Amino acid sequence: MIGHAEKAAPFAANEKRAHWHDQALWFVRLKRDRQAESIPEWEELRQTASAIKAHTLSRIADYLEEFERNATNNRIQVHWACDAAEHNAIVHKILADRGITRLVKSKSMLTEECHLNPYLEARGIEVTDTDLGERIVQLRHEPPSHIVLPAIHLKKEDIGELFHKELGTQAGASDPKYLTEAARGHLRQKFMAAQAGLTGVNFAVAETGGFVVCTNEGNADMGTSLPRVHIACMGFEKLVPRSKDLAVFLRLLARSATGQPVTSYTTHFHGPVRGGELHIVIVDNGRSTILGQETFRRSLSCIRCGACMNTCPVFRRSGGYSYGYTIPGPIGSLLAPLRDPKNFASLPFASSLCGSCSDVCPVKIDLHHELYAFRQDMVRGKRVPLAKRLAMAGMSYVLAQTWAYRLAGGLMRGIVPRMPRALVYGPWNPWGRQRELPPMPRHSARGLIQRDLTQKGAK
Amino acid sequence: MPRVGLFIPCYIDQFYPQVGLASWRLLRRLGIEVEFPEEQTCCGQPMANSGCAECTRPLAEKFLRIFGKYDYVVAPSGSCVSMVRNHYAQWLSGREGFDHLRANTFELCEYLVDVARVSKIDGDFPCKVGLHMSCHGLRELRLARSSELMVKPFNKVRFLLGQLRGIEIVELTRPDECCGFGGTFAVNEEAVSCLMGRDRLADHERAGAEIITGFDTSCLMHLEGLIRREKKPLRVMHVAEILEQARLS
Amino acid sequence: MSSRDSILAALRRNAPATSPLPEPPAGIVYPDPAKQFAEAFTSVGGKFVRLARREDIDPELEKIEAYAHARKIASLVAGIGRSNVDLNGLKDPHELEGLDVAIIAGEFGVAENGAVWVPGSALGPQRAIFVVTQHLVLVVPASELVHTMHQAYERIRFQGLGFGVFISGPSKTADIEQALVIGAHGARSCTLFLVG
Repeated sequence: MIGHAEKAAPFAANEKRAHWHDQALWFVRLKRDRQAESIPEWEELRQTASAIKAHTLSRIADYLEEFERNATNNRIQVHWACDAAEHNAIVHKILADRGITRLVKSKSMLTEECHLNPYLEARGIEVTDTDLGERIVQLRHEPPSHIVLPAIHLKKEDIGELFHKELGTQAGASDPKYLTEAARGHLRQKFMAAQAGLTGVNFAVAETGGFVVCTNEGNADMGTSLPRVHIACMGFEKLVPRSKDLAVFLRLLARSATGQPVTSYTTHFHGPVRGGELHIVIVDNGRSTILGQETFRRSLSCIRCGACMNTCPVFRRSGGYSYGYTIPGPIGSLLAPLRDPKNFASLPFASSLCGSCSDVCPVKIDLHHELYAFRQDMVRGKRVPLAKRLAMAGMSYVLAQTWAYRLAGGLMRGIVPRMPRALVYGPWNPWGRQRELPPMPRHSARGLIQRDLTQKGAK
Repeated sequence: MPRVGLFIPCYIDQFYPQVGLASWRLLRRLGIEVEFPEEQTCCGQPMANSGCAECTRPLAEKFLRIFGKYDYVVAPSGSCVSMVRNHYAQWLSGREGFDHLRANTFELCEYLVDVARVSKIDGDFPCKVGLHMSCHGLRELRLARSSELMVKPFNKVRFLLGQLRGIEIVELTRPDECCGFGGTFAVNEEAVSCLMGRDRLADHERAGAEIITGFDTSCLMHLEGLIRREKKPLRVMHVAEILEQARLS
Repeated sequence: MSSRDSILAALRRNAPATSPLPEPPAGIVYPDPAKQFAEAFTSVGGKFVRLARREDIDPELEKIEAYAHARKIASLVAGIGRSNVDLNGLKDPHELEGLDVAIIAGEFGVAENGAVWVPGSALGPQRAIFVVTQHLVLVVPASELVHTMHQAYERIRFQGLGFGVFISGPSKTADIEQALVIGAHGARSCTLFLVG
């Protein structure tokens, strides 16, 4: 599989567009900062959220059983799926048994992970993503490029063109208000015609047997209060023990995600719509394996706010698609190779390890430390090119012997300045493609310090 | 008098000797009897950063062997100190002297502020300076508050620079965005790394900086590489160089 | 083994040692929660109106352009508004389409974020009303404000609740170039009367 660097390079090469993307996301980061500043107990909230997640994961099986009991009492039908295939089959069966052919969906990264849409479409079900950003990328036959801002990679002109073709808006029109209004009309028809609604789950509560879905657009509410059938899909890690835990996470989520104090709609489902049915599908799909890995289990605490993407200087300049996985950015660079180390071997290296992600993360996942640790796994698994591993071994040997280090350093400083420029700055020198090499001074620091000492002594 | 060992990172030793010398002289002039053990080479970070744990081990062991005997170890580099403090445990945990080494290895500014308690540095530096807060010193050593954290602002490096007469530290629009060096990231992800670097330079230029300073020469080496290629009217100096030069003036 | 049992078994096998479950922090206390609520609600695109008495609501409603020109109005607040839709007569939530204004009672407001708690019981026979309506009016007693979400969840009882929603302003999106557009799928406007 092509690595991150190869996919990032063309994105970064279009500097104007990359800067636009960078600015758009940085703007969200600044909005997040303003919201976080307004809460004096922000850091305490992060610490509490982190501890609640750690506790819940340590007793997750018990809490899931408690949730199942309480949800069942709330007339919610609970299903369990070991993997993506089982998840898709369960959703399809619920729909097929009821003769449902029109489904509206609100945002669910889990169903993206499971590739539910193509599965259902292949079986004759019309699936409409109803979050505006998701609808845009669906019409373009693309995956989302960001988990909270699915169409952040597109300019309004791109969307105007798309809507002109797909929804019949005026040619050349690109006013966001106009385009949103067109999408509203188009999607209202879809809501009115839908026979079932599917949502993700932001948080499920063991003690109450219910769950919470957050949206700004109200699409999850439209999609779950008009049709009779509501299916909610969740990874087991979405569970929290108590309803009071929701306060901790809801205070952090929207502020971290988009810099809003809370989403427009924070909807609590504790039973089906009048005369309808409510299903919840609890999915593992590799998560239980991650739970068993001490170094990486904290990645399961993720609440999918996307703050690590907005703050990541690499993501902002390489775009979501450069990661090649449903969830991009720092958290995706862990989750993707945890699932498939062979194909995503480059992702732990797609980071300057600046640590901004870890400091911004509302649940304090030590993202950059996990990425650092993951690199060792990749080397141990021989998923890093042999040439690189050999180069490091050679470097280590030289650096471990003081004489060899001094000799190599002296030779380099003596020879490189005498070499023809074309030879130094050839295609084999990625450092020198856009940068000058550091100066090659005559003396090393140790030489200067020695001289300093000798002169002092002489005095 | 405590015994203080000076660690000069390999790339400073080879490419930026004036930074090593400035660190040495600065400490001495502040009355700190610093020693430079000759056997030292590299902390092992390039290998660790690349995931090559076994290639890092001999360097971590060498570091402990050389510096374990000092009361304090000081290095003009945030990332090398972070390597010792945050990552060496993988190879050295339980070794005799390691806990002492880890607890007593400091970045230069950190040492001056927290250990030597230097509260006044005399000198003139009438320049507009952009301060680059390298990530490891910032977020791994907490030399300052990172912009993500909602805690009381502080900045140990700025505190030291702020002592100098005439210095103007310019205000950046992004006070602590990564420059894109990132060790091997600089070559593995060359395209993104250079764009990040150019964006940092633009921020410093917009703010009117004449000199970009920082406590990690590695980041400055990357930025200087871009500056020299694009012939920008900027130069880079390590904090130690500024503090030392200001004292001389 | 069923999928359920194999998942639970895997989770039991792989779970780390138990760590303690902390209590949420106390949370900020605002000197003037009504003022903070008004600011928060306005910041999320809502229209905030403070009224001294319940009787003031109807005249204020007429000042809302969408209400003044509305053809179909449904009020779920007794004695408030020119309600002309019989919600109990609707057989299906889809019949709500075309509703211009819905007037709904919020149980309490949250100062920190301008959210209003609306339990399912306040939504009448078809809970879709709050999102299908073109415009939404919320009525909240001024005595019913809490500072933060922590206090909010201390109040809510989920036993037998079925449905409940925090509403904070109108429906909105910023999915096109981060430009904020009010009125995505749900209400195009959200007016809040804080009464008393």
